[in-house]
Amino acid sequence: MLNHFDKAFENRIRLQIMSVLVANENYDFNSLKELLEVTDGNLASHLKALEKEDYIIIYKSFQGKKPNTTYAASEKGRAAFIKHLQALENLIKQQKL
Amino acid sequence: MKEKEIYTELSSIRDLMERSAKFISLSGLSGIMAGIYALIGAALGYYLVYGPYGGLQYRNYYISEQEVLWKLFLIAIVVLILSLATGIVLTIRKAKKKNQNVWNPSSKKLLTSVSIPLLTGGIFILILLLRGYYGVIAPASLIFYGLSLVAGSNYTYTDVKWLGILEIILGLFATLLPGYGIVFWTIGFGVLHIVYGSIMHYKYDR
Repeated sequence: MLNHFDKAFENRIRLQIMSVLVANENYDFNSLKELLEVTDGNLASHLKALEKEDYIIIYKSFQGKKPNTTYAASEKGRAAFIKHLQALENLIKQQKL
Repeated sequence: MKEKEIYTELSSIRDLMERSAKFISLSGLSGIMAGIYALIGAALGYYLVYGPYGGLQYRNYYISEQEVLWKLFLIAIVVLILSLATGIVLTIRKAKKKNQNVWNPSSKKLLTSVSIPLLTGGIFILILLLRGYYGVIAPASLIFYGLSLVAGSNYTYTDVKWLGILEIILGLFATLLPGYGIVFWTIGFGVLHIVYGSIMHYKYDR
């Protein structure tokens, strides 16, 4: 059972990032930072970790002169997130038996 | 992990998903205020058209007369601007209280999805005015307003959808019963807003 837990989601912020990206078409860096109340560096490192797993897709663009980076959940990331949640729910069910 | 921990984890995920996708700083109080402005506007309009002695049967004027028409138009615009201004101010205040940014992805999506039917309706009504189809203006305003609420409800409280559906139904009835536009308009923009605003205020703002 426990091997259904995704190592990438062991960190709370990574799981939070993923839940925002699954609920939305895409989300930009600054809005994510505000919503999760984390620092730039902290958020960037967790995003990098998720990117390494191919769980998120990064879109870089410019708004005028400012770089604007938005993130979206990849198919792989979405599936992994759902699996992780199911594993959590199953654990509750098992403990009830 | 303990069962309780998993529960809080799951519910915090659900909360975050909802909070990131929906703009929940809309103020219920602004709905109540918009309703009050609409009631005052409707009363002024009624007085203008039917005179001080009431009754929907005997009119002092018909709205096809230019002077009355412009006065009614002015009242409607003032009601609209006051409602929007109050809504914006109260929403910003509520967002600040909740420590939420007013200008975030969900509020942007809310605004674009609401404004498409709303602007279409606004232009449509202006055309009706220019062409002299006065009888369909009240129903059209209710229907387009209702459509824009339904469109926006995906990005805010789902309760907004029900208000929108009620406005659409009222608008359709108003089309069916020409001459009673002001009655339907008063119910739709006045009474419904006050009732809905109060429900929202007690449900989410306290």
